[in-house]
This record gives sequence, structure tokens and C-alpha cells, in this order.
Amino acid sequence: MRLNRGAILNIAAMFLLGCLLWQAESFLGDYQIYIGKLIFINIILALSLNLIYGFTGLFSLGHAGFIAVGAYVSALCILAPEQKEMMWILEPIIWPFSELFTPFWASVLAGGVAAAIFAFFIAVPVLRLGDDYLGIATLGFAEIIRVLIVNATAVTNGSLGIKGIPSHATLLACYGWALFTLIVLARLVFSNFGNVLRCIRDNEIAASVMGINVFRYKVLSFCIGAFFAGVGGALLGSHLSTIDPKMFNFLLTFNVLMFVVAGGLGSLTGSILGATVITILLEWLRAIEEPMNLGFVELPGIPGMRMVVFSLVLLAIILYRREGIMGTRELTWTRIFAFLRRHKA
Amino acid sequence: MSLDMFLQHCFNALTLGSLYALIAIGYTMVYGILRLINFAHGDILMVGAYFVFFGTFAFGWPWGIAAIMAIAGASLLGVVMERVAYRPLRDAPRISALISAIAVSFFIESLAVVVFTGQPRPVLQPEWLVSEWQVWGGVRILRLTAFVPAMTAVLVGILLYIVYRTKPGLAMRAISKDIETTRLLGVRVDNIIAFTFCIGSALAAASGIMWALRYPQVHPYMGIMPGLKAFIAAVFGGIGSIQGAVIGGVALGFVEIMTVAFMPELSGYRDAFAFVLLVLVLLFKPTGLLGERMEEKI
Repeated sequence: MRLNRGAILNIAAMFLLGCLLWQAESFLGDYQIYIGKLIFINIILALSLNLIYGFTGLFSLGHAGFIAVGAYVSALCILAPEQKEMMWILEPIIWPFSELFTPFWASVLAGGVAAAIFAFFIAVPVLRLGDDYLGIATLGFAEIIRVLIVNATAVTNGSLGIKGIPSHATLLACYGWALFTLIVLARLVFSNFGNVLRCIRDNEIAASVMGINVFRYKVLSFCIGAFFAGVGGALLGSHLSTIDPKMFNFLLTFNVLMFVVAGGLGSLTGSILGATVITILLEWLRAIEEPMNLGFVELPGIPGMRMVVFSLVLLAIILYRREGIMGTRELTWTRIFAFLRRHKA
Repeated sequence: MSLDMFLQHCFNALTLGSLYALIAIGYTMVYGILRLINFAHGDILMVGAYFVFFGTFAFGWPWGIAAIMAIAGASLLGVVMERVAYRPLRDAPRISALISAIAVSFFIESLAVVVFTGQPRPVLQPEWLVSEWQVWGGVRILRLTAFVPAMTAVLVGILLYIVYRTKPGLAMRAISKDIETTRLLGVRVDNIIAFTFCIGSALAAASGIMWALRYPQVHPYMGIMPGLKAFIAAVFGGIGSIQGAVIGGVALGFVEIMTVAFMPELSGYRDAFAFVLLVLVLLFKPTGLLGERMEEKI
């Protein structure tokens, strides 16, 4: 890798942020750490959907399904066998899963790999479809995955869900995985592989005429995206310490889609910004659900108001600023320096 | 399985299928004209059911009046939705409109949670609809079970009359072929599209009201699953075709009821059947039963 100014600054920034987060656990409160972890997990999810939708143009609404697969597989890997025996009360857990016991990093990887395998089997039939049909079909598969999770009691503990997942996902671990996702995706997207994906997105027919095996690249992109969605799901499970099938409904896909659209389709830095801003916004909006005292008048809290504002924000973005924060541009050091120079002069 | 039981299941399947068919018509009409999956269509169904709930409980209206008011209210909502969220995106990429539709859907649902609260509420059933009716031999059904398909047949009849025998219907069919040429011919395209949303929403509300009678409770998320399944029914029948939507809806009703009737051990997977059907249809006959093949222009 050629080291220019941008790359050196990138490494320095990553290292600095890492050191900062390492120290952060001592001076930040529990709540701030909770939000911080959520931001990094959401960044992973947003980046993975952006690869599928923003860079390859595959309108997939099945993200919640892959996240669910990742979360369940990693939870099954990381729980101690005794714990599993106690928790599965409806039906005893079946053999290979009852004995599994792996370290944290392996369970996260296993979650990602399992999601990618699922994605492969889904991709082969559905990726022949175009835009909105693809959206509905992937949404259908996510729903089928959820129904399977509810019914496969011997593996997933059914609708009771899995509780007491050890919380190995510390702030630093989440940061590390987010960084890993970002680096892998950046290397992919700014390579010839990425050019091919963008070509497929912009004009599929032209791509196939130029001799690109469109289907193969689509499947690859879909599976890589699903892998990182699974990784995000594994971290999410470890972060929340409890998972159940109801969590992984369409609302989750919608949230991730919102990060990507708000940040800008086809922009990695956009996804990072989008996920960060919206996660903070969503937490901040909790305030309007609590009673407010304005001194002269007491406003009652309105439960559920958060989601109303949230959907209005998405509607406003799509109506008035369709390209999101970044469009397809990236936030690079060159751009930042150019901006600074322009404003100094 | 005895013949009586089988007939009873047939009636249930027909009722469920009619409800799907009414919703599917709205999807298929909007898709035929705008090539847009109106994600918020299922939520119109929920709003219609809630309007009846409030009409009968809060204002004490008789059920019939409340139902008519609810249908009117829901069609108005459909028109407003089109005006605010879809019309500004008419020239945008199709996916933008789809995301806008998803946003509208979540907006309506979360607003319903705020306004109506998230608790499921029981629905008042008119006495004359829930009495039992002996059809033939040992086959006994609720009057409701016969009322729903009959009402559906009437509504579909009216709709077919509008689409095939009136001027606005002609304009609708013209728009679904070619929107630009229709505009050049002097048709007020925007009004016709608003009218389409109005009709689709009215039918969805009618379906929602009957849905609330059959499964007697209302809650803010009641529209999602029927909405998705009805969309699948529309795809199965051939999207863009009204007759196809009706056939697809009834067929989906039969698939769901009969699979559970003959294989009760699969009942937990009931919600997955529709999606499996969808994937199969898209793989083997993407145009559905009655759909026209759409050529891709290069």
C-alpha cells in the first residue's frame, strides 16, 4: 500500500480514536457508552446495506433477516452449554448447538459466515429480479427467516428468545469491528471490483454487454453485505444481551435503510455520518416522550412520538434532499484540506 | 375430513380470499399506473377499521353509517397521501418513491400508536352479522362468512363498471399504458391518479372494516401482514390486472386455509406460505397469471 498524506492521516485518526475510546470507559457514563456501542454497530449495519444497495443497486429489504441469523448463530456459539441446557425449556436444544462453545471473535465471525451462507441461497433465486420486486422478495425472505426462528424451537428457543448473552461487545470491540468493516469495504469499493459494482448499478445492460458476469458480481456483493450484516447482528446480540424474534421485524430494516439514505447512497463516509447522526437523534428524541416542564406549563409525555418524528425526517429527506448528506461523494482529507484552504483565503 | 368440514373450510377460505382480493386491487391499480408499490396501502386498511371503531364507540353511530364514513375518511387519506408523498416524486427514480411509501407507512402506523394507543381494542360486531346460518346439511357458518364474499362481489362489480364503462376509467387504463401520451391527449393525469388512490383506499378501508369484524379487534399494526400478503396476491394474479388481483387474492385465501386444514402441524408456518408462493411465482412466471409482459426498453 502506497502511503500518501491521506493514508497516514487516516491511520493516525483511527489510532487516536482507538486510544480515546480505550480511555473513554473510565470517564464516560454507562449511558454514553451504551450509545457509543450502538453507534458503531449501526455503522456496521449501514455500511453493509450501502454495499448492497448504494454501490450495487440491489434494493434489498431483507437486512433484518441477515442480522437475525448473525445474532442467533453467534449467541448459540458463545453461550456455555450448561446455560443453554437451562434456558431451552420448551424443547431441549439439539446436538451440534448444545455443545458449541467458542470465543467471542469466533462467534462473531460465525454469525457473519452463517448470514452470508443464507444470503447465498436467497441470492441465487431472487437476484434475477429487478428493483422493487427484489425488494418485496427479500422482504419476504426476511419474514420467512423470522417465522423459521419462531418455529425452530429446538435451535432458537422459539418466541422466548435467548437471554443472558455475555456482553463481550465492549466499546473498543465494537469500534474494532466497525473499523474492520470499513477497511474491508473501502478496499473493495475503491478497487476494480467496486468499479464493476458501480457499473452494474448505473447500467446493468451496459455492464453485461461489456462482458461482466453481472449475476456473479451481484451474488458476491449480496453475500459480502450479508456477512457484515451478520457481524453487526452478532455484536447487537452481545450488546443487548437478549434477543428474540420480534426484534428482527421490518422496523429494523427500515432503520438501517434510513441511515443509508440519510447519509447518501454510495458513500461510505456518508453511511458513517448517517448512522451516527440518526442514532444520536433517535436517543435525543426520547426527550419528547417524557413529560416536559417549561416553567409555566407542564407538557405530558407522548409515548410513540419518537417514531412519528423519525418517519417525518425520512420523508423530508426523500422529498427535499434525495441524495442525503453526502450524495455519492466521500469525505476525504484532500477534500477537507481544500475546504480549509478555501475558507482561509 | 368430512365433506361438511371441507365445505366449511371452503367458506372460510373464500372469506379470507375476498378480503385479500379487495386489498390487492388497490395495489394492482396503483402499480399499474405509477409502477409504485404503495407500502402504506395496508395502513389505510387499519385506519378504516379504526374509524369504524371510533364511529360506533365514541359517537354511537350505527355500524352502517360508521362504515360509510370510514370509507370516505380513508379515501380522503389516500388522496392526501398521494398529493404529499408521491406526487413530488413523480419524476424521481422509482426507488425514491418506494422509500417515500415506506416512510409514509411508518408515519401512519406510529401516528396511530400515538393517537389510538398501541393497545388492541375489541370491535363491536352487529348482531345480524354474527348469528349462525345453516347453509346446507351440517354446514353452519356465521352470516358474516357469506356477507364478506357477497359484499366483495358487489364492490368488484362497481369497480369493473368504473374502469371499463366510464370516462375516468378509460383515462386510468390509458395512463397505465403510457402516461406521457395520455397527458398529451388532454387528460388531467394528476386528477386521475388521485382518483385511483381514492378508489384503492376505499376498497382497502372496506376490507379493513370487514377484517375487523372477522378477527374482532383493531390495533395499529393490523394492516402490515394483510397488506404484504395482498401485494403477493396481486403479483400472483399478475400485477396491473384487476381480475388477476381478485383471482390471486381468493387463491391465496384458499392456499392459507387449506394448507392449515389438511396439515395442522404446519399452522405455525402459516405466515410464511404467502412468501414462499411469492418466490415461486417470481421465479417461474414473473408476470403472474394474467399479467402482461413488460418489455424492457434500452
